Amino acid sequence: MAAQRDHRPRTEPRPATAAQPLGMFAAALAQHQGAAVDSLHKLLIDRVSTLLTCTVMGIALALPLALWLLLQNLTLLGTGVDRTGSISLFMQQDNPAALHNLVAQLKARDDVAEATLITPEQALQEFEQKSGFGEALAGLDENPLPPVITVEPASDDGAEVTALYEYLQTLPGLDVAQLDLQWLQRLQAAVQLASQLALWLTALLGLGVVLVIGNTIRLAIANRSAEIVVIKLVGGTDAYVARPFLYTGFWYGVGGGLIALVLVEISLWTFGSPLTRLLTSYDPAFQLGGLGLQGGFLVVVASGALGWLGSAISVIRHLRAIEPR
Amino acid sequence: MIKFDDVSKRYPSGHEALSHVSFALDDGELAFVTGHSGAGKSTLLKLIMRMELPSSGQLVINGQNLNKIAREQLPYYRRTIGLVFQDHQLLFDRSVYDNVALPLQIAGYDPREASRRVRAALDKVGLLRKETQNPLALSAGEQQRVGIARAVVNKPSLLLADEPTGNLDPELAVEVMGLFEQFSQVGVSVLIATHDHHLISRMRHRRLQLEQGRLIAGSPVQSQVKSPVKGTH
Repeated sequence: MAAQRDHRPRTEPRPATAAQPLGMFAAALAQHQGAAVDSLHKLLIDRVSTLLTCTVMGIALALPLALWLLLQNLTLLGTGVDRTGSISLFMQQDNPAALHNLVAQLKARDDVAEATLITPEQALQEFEQKSGFGEALAGLDENPLPPVITVEPASDDGAEVTALYEYLQTLPGLDVAQLDLQWLQRLQAAVQLASQLALWLTALLGLGVVLVIGNTIRLAIANRSAEIVVIKLVGGTDAYVARPFLYTGFWYGVGGGLIALVLVEISLWTFGSPLTRLLTSYDPAFQLGGLGLQGGFLVVVASGALGWLGSAISVIRHLRAIEPR
Repeated sequence: MIKFDDVSKRYPSGHEALSHVSFALDDGELAFVTGHSGAGKSTLLKLIMRMELPSSGQLVINGQNLNKIAREQLPYYRRTIGLVFQDHQLLFDRSVYDNVALPLQIAGYDPREASRRVRAALDKVGLLRKETQNPLALSAGEQQRVGIARAVVNKPSLLLADEPTGNLDPELAVEVMGLFEQFSQVGVSVLIATHDHHLISRMRHRRLQLEQGRLIAGSPVQSQVKSPVKGTH
């Protein structure tokens, strides 16, 4: 201290830049740490508006996230079902002898593993037992159910099954031939379509998030323009000036990601059990899957990255314009 | 040191704020820049801070030609200059200590070394006991002195002051000027833009007098202007 107070002229000239006691890396690390902590601190002070911004982000992220989760579950749906699609032949004629004859013919084919006849009487019995419409059906004068032959293809190759299916459609006396797992194929196609949609939605809402953060940061930059001018005049680099804003964007993103997770958790909690009930009726082995710890972490990190990106765009566009005048 | 070599500055509006200004300021020299408002004092300081580029002429500060400094190098150049604003430009979202520490934080100083320097600078301006306060809680004179502490904490080789006594009563103004003299005595070049003739006449220092953008007194040839100030008001 004494040396500092003693301001007699020194013999050696003052160096243009004073030596920095910290190495480049340590200094950069300290500045990053400072900017990260300071920006988080500022956000926590302004709690209400921070929460609002994060909630906007959270909602925008929760929507595609929930959709993606649903699709993910639907993709898994049916993996428990025996993939060998059996084919049901609903017949017009109910001449038992001709039907038994047809079954025998089918059994003889190489591409058929098994063919079974379900007579209208058997079908009615089964239906009465399973559907609970027994009384209503008992009131009917005649059995409305057609005879059905179920055919198990020998191969589970899609093309061969389809070929067999096409042949079976040409059988005389056939009303309708139905590939039993067609619903599954249709579902998968629908899921694929919806996945494309989800991708679009994710991209659009992601863009929305980036814009929201960009705008929030733009306002923050405008609010702190006086400070930015001072920092630039005392030798702050562009990177130094930008850092707190980038971290602010990152924290907004992290906050938004956490809120999105909470929203998805809530919707799983609300819709989870009716959804499971619906889907297990198609696939008894079905289990509704959540995001898991890893998925949740990934969402928060990705959301933080989106926030950083939005902030970076805003910083690039607006920070350079603020120069000491 | 500062060297202006035939420097002119014409703004896009056509207004010529400085025309053919030449002078040099040695290490450890203190000089006043005087003139009416609009005479070009602010422009002169802005050129040194490289907030503006000269329209013509060369400007060399500490051996660096300002026309040739790249944008990326600008912050590092500015770290060698201490700037005292008329309205002090303190940041009210942080303490006195943090305001003074700002240039050191920016330059990446070790916190312990920074703390030593901040305290030394605050001690120098007599405000060590106010380091934890918010600048808003200080008087105008104290705020101005915090601004000076911030300007010198990085041990700049050149100190610029724009109307540093503009908002101060005469007693405080003398005190602040005394601080500037002390800095010049340790080898810092000090350039003070002011129209406070009262103060200037009491201090024996070189005057660079600007009138309508022209340097009419204080150029290298007549480095010590002793004649009384006439016709400037």
